[in-house]
Amino acid sequence: MSEQTPSIAADSTSTGGGADLHIVDVTKRFASFKAVDDLTLTIPAGSFFALLGPSGCGKTTTLRMVAGLEEPSEGRIVIGSEDVTHRKPYQRPVNTVFQSYALFPHLDIFENVAFGLRRSKKKDVRNEVEAMLELVELSTYARRKPTQLSGGQQQRVAVARALINKPEVLLLDEPLGALDLKLRRQMQIELKRIQTDVGITFVHVTHDQEEAMTMADTIAVMNAGRIEQMGAPMELYENPVTTFVANFLGQSNLIKGQITGKSGGDALLEVQGQRMAMPTARVHSERDEVWVGVRPEKMQISRTGTPTDGENAVTGVVTDASYIGVSTQYLVDLPWGQEVGVFSQNLSTEGPLSAGDQVVLHWNPAHTFALDAAQDADAGSEKIEGDA
Amino acid sequence: MSAAPAPGAAGKAPADDTARPVGKSSWTPYALLTPGMLWLGVFFVVPTIMLIRMSLSSGTAFSGDGSFTFAFVDLQWSNYGDAWNQYVIDTPIFQKSLIYALIATVLTLVIAYPLAYTIAFKAGRWRNFLLVLVIAPFFTSFLLRTNAWQTILVDSGPVVTFMNDIGLLNFLHTVTNTPDSWPSWAQIFPDGITAEDRVLATPLAVIIGLAYNFLPFMTLPLYASLERIDVRLIEAATDLYSSAWTAFRKVTFPLSLPGVVAGTLLTFIPAAGDPVNAALLGSASDALMGNAIDAQFKATGNYPLAAALSALLMFVIVAMVAVYVRRAGTEELV
Repeated sequence: MSEQTPSIAADSTSTGGGADLHIVDVTKRFASFKAVDDLTLTIPAGSFFALLGPSGCGKTTTLRMVAGLEEPSEGRIVIGSEDVTHRKPYQRPVNTVFQSYALFPHLDIFENVAFGLRRSKKKDVRNEVEAMLELVELSTYARRKPTQLSGGQQQRVAVARALINKPEVLLLDEPLGALDLKLRRQMQIELKRIQTDVGITFVHVTHDQEEAMTMADTIAVMNAGRIEQMGAPMELYENPVTTFVANFLGQSNLIKGQITGKSGGDALLEVQGQRMAMPTARVHSERDEVWVGVRPEKMQISRTGTPTDGENAVTGVVTDASYIGVSTQYLVDLPWGQEVGVFSQNLSTEGPLSAGDQVVLHWNPAHTFALDAAQDADAGSEKIEGDA
Repeated sequence: MSAAPAPGAAGKAPADDTARPVGKSSWTPYALLTPGMLWLGVFFVVPTIMLIRMSLSSGTAFSGDGSFTFAFVDLQWSNYGDAWNQYVIDTPIFQKSLIYALIATVLTLVIAYPLAYTIAFKAGRWRNFLLVLVIAPFFTSFLLRTNAWQTILVDSGPVVTFMNDIGLLNFLHTVTNTPDSWPSWAQIFPDGITAEDRVLATPLAVIIGLAYNFLPFMTLPLYASLERIDVRLIEAATDLYSSAWTAFRKVTFPLSLPGVVAGTLLTFIPAAGDPVNAALLGSASDALMGNAIDAQFKATGNYPLAAALSALLMFVIVAMVAVYVRRAGTEELV
C-alpha cells in the first residue's frame, strides 16, 4: 500500500513496435464495490508487463478497461498519445487473448485467425494468415475446427488471432490458466519468444507468480484494486515492501522486531532479545515496530556451533523435515513459539537433520527486509489454499 | 510413484469390483430405450404402416358394404393420382398449405428471435419470469386460444380498427392482390393475403393464428441455443474490430443456427398439417391440407384418399426437411 511508484524507469530500450500504455487515476466501481481503486500506471512500449494478484484483486477488470470491455468510473486510459477511455473495443489499437481462448467454434483455424483482418477490410488476408500460422507452428491445422485442437494449440491460435492485427498493445488474460503444468512451462517460453520477435507491448494478467516471473520484465502486484509494488521480478522477490508481496511472491518468514537505531547504512534491530542488523535501504516502515523478513532459502541451518561473524542468527528446534530431492524443507520452532520455514540445499554428506535436532538459523543481514508491523503478517498467503 | 497401484489393479482385473459396472452398462441403455421404443412402435410405426396400407386400398366407408380391400396384387396407386390431381392440380390446396406454413414460420421467427435474444442476454433476473410467460399459453387449450383470436380480430374490434387506421390492411391487400402480374401467387391468394378492411376469414387471419400458436415452439429452441453462447465470444468479436451488428452477424447468429433450424422445423411441420386455424379463422377458400384430409375422412368417408393425402404430405415434408437440414449445415443437431 505504500510507495506506489507511478512509472517505471524506461530502461527497456524500445524495440520499435507497440506504444506506451498509460492508466491515469482509474477507478472502477461495480455498485458499491471498488474493483479498481485510483490506479495509475505507465507501461512502456515494447515491454512484457505482468499484472499479478489473487482473484478479485482487480487485475482482470483493469485489463478489460484497457480492452474497452468495461468503462472506467473515473480516470483516463491513454495508448501512445491517444486517449481511448471512451472508445468502443473495436476502435482501439488493442487486442486480447481471452481466458480459455474464446475461439469461434463455428469457424476453422484459418478463419479464426483471419477474423480481425476481414473486419478491418485488409488486403492479402491469405498470405498474412499463413505467415501468422507459420509463426505459431500451426500451418497444417488451418482447416481444422478449434475443438479438434489440443489446449496448447488452441492457445497458440488465440495468440495468433490477436497478434495478426498488429495491435499497439496485446492483452493476455490468464492465457495459460487452462493448460497443464508441463505445457504451461513450454508456452511461457513460447510467448516470451513471440514477444521478443514482434516487439509489441504485452500486458499479461495472471495469479500465477511463477508465470509472471518467468515471462515479464516488469511485474505489478495488485491487491484489493491497488498496486502493492511494481518492479523487476528479482527486485520484487528480493526486496518486498509489503507483507502482501512478501507472502504472495514465494514465502517469507516474518518475525516481530524493533528498530533500535541506525549507524552508517545499517539499521540495528532487536528481535526477541537478539541483536541484529540490516541495510537501512531495505527498511520499508515509517515506524520502529517492524516485521523482520527473511526468505526460507536465505536461511542457513546448522547443528549448533557459532555462525559466521556479522550474520543474523536465531536458535531453534527442528519440528519437521521434508526431503524433496533438490532441497530439504524444514520447519523450525523458535524459542518464543513461532514456526519458520527453511529451504536447505542438500550439500551435506551426512544427510538431512531430523525432527528434534537443536539448530542455529543464520543469514546474511543483506537478505533481511523490514516491513511495517501494522500490516497483516498473513496478507497474501491465503493463495496456498485457493489455487491449485 | 505413479506405477505403484498398477500391478495390483492389473492382477485383480476380473474380480467382482470391475465386473459389476461393466455388466450393468451393457444392458442399461437398452432398458432405458425400451419404453420409448415401445411407444414409438405401437403409436407411430404401426399407424404409419396402417396409413400406407389404407392409402393403397379400395372402398369407402359410406357406400357398398363399408369395408376396404387391400391386395398386394392390386395396389391402388390411383389414390395417389387422385390426391395429386384434386389437391395439387385442380385446387392448389397442397401448395397453399406449404405457403401458409412457410409465411407463418418466417413471421414466427421474426417475432421469436428478438424475444429469445432479449431473454437470453438482457433479461437478467427477469429471465425465468419471461420464460414462464412464453409457455403460459399452454395452460389453456389450443382450441380455446384459437377461438379467442376470432374475438381479437373481429371486424370492428380495436386491432382491426387500428390496422385500418394506419393503412396497413389496405397496403397489404393492394400489394398482395396481383391476379395478373403473378398468376401462381394469385392461385394461392386470389383476393390478396387480406381484405381491404377486415382480417377475419382471410389468409392473414389463418397465418396470424398459426404464428401465434407455434410461437413457443420457436422461442424455446432459439432461447436454448442463444443462452449457450459464451458472451466472451461476442466480446472477442468486438475486440477483433466488429461493431455490435457485425458481431451479431458473424458470431451470435451463426452460433444460434441450431436453434433456428429446430424452431423452424417445430413450427413448419405442424403448421403445414394443421386444420384448426384454417377452420376457425379462415374462410372456406382457406381450407388447407389438414382440412382436406379431415373432409375426405369424415364427410366423404373416402379413407383411402384421405390416407393417400396424409402420406403424400408426410413424404413431401420429410424430403423438404432433409434438404433444409443439409443446407443449413447443422447435421450435428438432427
